[in-house]
Amino acid sequence: MAFASIHVPDFSIQAVVRTEPTLCERAIHEQAICERAIALVEGCPPQERVVAINGAAARAGISLGITKAQAAQFHCVEVRQRSHSKEQSAHAALLDTGWSISPRVEETAIDSIVVDLDGLGSLFGSEEAMALLLARRASDLGLAVHVAVSSNVEVALHAARGFPGITLIPPGEEARRMGVLPIQVFSPSPEMMETLERWGVRTCEALAKLPLLELSERLGQQGVQLHQWARGESRRALILAEAKLCFEEEMALEYAVEELEPLAFLLGRLLDQVCARLAARSLSASAIRLRFDLDAACKDDSRLDESVHKRSSENKSYEKLFTLPVPMRDSKMFLKLLRLHLQCDPPGAPIVHIFLAADPEAPRAMQHGLFVPSSPDPEKLELTMARLANLVGDSRVGSPRVLDSHRPDAFEMSRFLPARDAEISEEIAVLGERTPLAAFRAFRPALRAAVVLRDGRPAYISFSGMHGEVMAASGPWRTSGEWWREDAWSREEWEIEIQPVQDRNAAAIGPSSSCEPRRGIYRIYYDALCRGWFVAGMYD
Amino acid sequence: MAGNVAALRFQIETALAGRVPAPFAPRPVQVETAPFRIAEVDALTGGLPRGGLTEICGPPCSGRATLLLSALASGTAHAEACALVDGRDSFDPHSAEAAGVKLERLLWVRCGNIDQCLRATDLLLQGGGFGLIAMDLSVLPPKTVRYVPLNVWFRFRRAVERTSTILLLLDQESNAGTCASLVLRLASESAHWLEPKVRQAVFPANCCACLLDGAEIQAQVVRSRLQIAAGARKERSFARRQDAGPAANFRTKTEWSYGKEIAKTK
Repeated sequence: MAFASIHVPDFSIQAVVRTEPTLCERAIHEQAICERAIALVEGCPPQERVVAINGAAARAGISLGITKAQAAQFHCVEVRQRSHSKEQSAHAALLDTGWSISPRVEETAIDSIVVDLDGLGSLFGSEEAMALLLARRASDLGLAVHVAVSSNVEVALHAARGFPGITLIPPGEEARRMGVLPIQVFSPSPEMMETLERWGVRTCEALAKLPLLELSERLGQQGVQLHQWARGESRRALILAEAKLCFEEEMALEYAVEELEPLAFLLGRLLDQVCARLAARSLSASAIRLRFDLDAACKDDSRLDESVHKRSSENKSYEKLFTLPVPMRDSKMFLKLLRLHLQCDPPGAPIVHIFLAADPEAPRAMQHGLFVPSSPDPEKLELTMARLANLVGDSRVGSPRVLDSHRPDAFEMSRFLPARDAEISEEIAVLGERTPLAAFRAFRPALRAAVVLRDGRPAYISFSGMHGEVMAASGPWRTSGEWWREDAWSREEWEIEIQPVQDRNAAAIGPSSSCEPRRGIYRIYYDALCRGWFVAGMYD
Repeated sequence: MAGNVAALRFQIETALAGRVPAPFAPRPVQVETAPFRIAEVDALTGGLPRGGLTEICGPPCSGRATLLLSALASGTAHAEACALVDGRDSFDPHSAEAAGVKLERLLWVRCGNIDQCLRATDLLLQGGGFGLIAMDLSVLPPKTVRYVPLNVWFRFRRAVERTSTILLLLDQESNAGTCASLVLRLASESAHWLEPKVRQAVFPANCCACLLDGAEIQAQVVRSRLQIAAGARKERSFARRQDAGPAANFRTKTEWSYGKEIAKTK
């Protein structure tokens, strides 16, 4: 039985660095990160104080508790705001690393987890190979970790906190290997630390040599526990964490973002993190949720449209849900989709906080067939649809769906989702046997017309540069409905055959000037509500 | 001169006999086609060529939308995804559904001008995967479509070459030139009206108690690079534009007459 503990040193700083890769300068050696001096501050301005520093900042002279203004005087030190949301995201990424290897993971602390490696040898190889794999996967998610493997949970936990890099502790070696570690790895209480310091006990080896009975009399049960940890004798079972399918990333911005390019850059980073976490769990995203917190103090901007400015002042956030036709995991494709949608529908105010979440789903398993008709690739189609929506408008692209209504021209646009396993219609054999349908071509909006009646029948018509004599007519066909609504309709429809008079100034609908005017069949109607004649369309 | 040329040709063919069959005969163009599902038009043209540009031109009310709906019905019935780039938002879903088009397999892009049409078509061709992409520029002013540079049609044709996509262009005049593998010109011949069978006196005087039954449409092949099926006259490749090209007439029926026909067939 073996357990691997993963510990993230300088967790608060790594949580911030993870979303700002420019702060992280990697050294030549894979495991060690050549750090830039970073200090995190927290508190209400102007009394923000330094709450976390890394080694480089400590060497530069920064200490905990100094004010932000004092820290800013050190030019080589990067000062950042501590972010609890980023720490939550980093912790979720750490858990995803553990769950990518084993389903049995303990959520020990915000910066440490323990993974049960039992039974995974046949999948991932030796314990050292598994430890390296864990470190690499954590690195892919932007975390530099220490990994320790032992047959004892507590030993693995403390060894990961004490030893850098990969540490393997064989069974029976726990006490000897733990001996060199300082007792600070156990995080004892300040009073305990002071007492042990007074006794000259600084290492685990020294603590392990103390007599147990006397130690319990002086320090109580806590002292006994420390003694057991120091000897590597404490044993316990894992407290398993429930696997959460929650893939969220958020970023609080120090300065509001107004332009699309920098916003796209930030979104790209968040999407890379989310997709990496999905990949670690062998999942894909079925939907992407995006939320922007807008700058509430947005001033009047002449660039903003009035309606957009009104919306931004009323709504302090901007939310968008992107439902994908099939589960996907391509961060570049997601970024293109988000950019296209944001170009079409911008937030309208500067953005101060970004929240991104993915709804996880099992990735699709697709098997191509030799005799299946070709259809657009779902990822490419989604991108094409977004570009088309950007070009002509979201409501003008899609599949038409006829509504069950007597209203003329009643239809709605729905999302275009061609079924990949669609079967060839049984009606195909019948199609060739029937006489083709005389197709109707609608004019949207309907064209106003001037109609001359004779004996109650249309005799002459003029519309949109075309005018002619009505040679034959069928009607009136009366239709009306939904009188209780404001957009009720009441009309008398006619099908007419027009012999147009040749007109040199024929406009769009008129016959081509290069040929003789030809007869055409049109549908016209008299609108009883607005008392006018209109041309609904033609039979083409 | 002609005799010398003929003699020279015969000499070369004799010399290459057995090694190169018919060196001076144009190589037959074998192209996969999809049917219009209108018997007369399929016999006339051989169907819509895949991997090529087909142009259907004609004045208003000449049957262009009828051929478009037939092609869409055929494509969607074969479970292919089809796309329609509508130049002036004139597509009628009710008419299409009655013609047998599976609307859930049709992507309708409702454009407002020629620029949007060209860019939308470009995006669809880049995306790929569609069995039929139709550009309906019929209702746009002919002058606007005439100003589209020829290299646009050439680029579109190259985009569908070596794919199974049919690119269909509908307009009032032929604009694609030699880029089109098939050019059809349509003209309306006559409309058919059904007279009532009861006495006229039963109906009020101002009532036209007759029904539009359909129309007679003439389709003429202006240009074709396809090999017509056996039994029909063989067309040479790069056939010159002829006003007296092969033509065929076909009937159309309105939705209400259609319903009667369907009822009869059932």
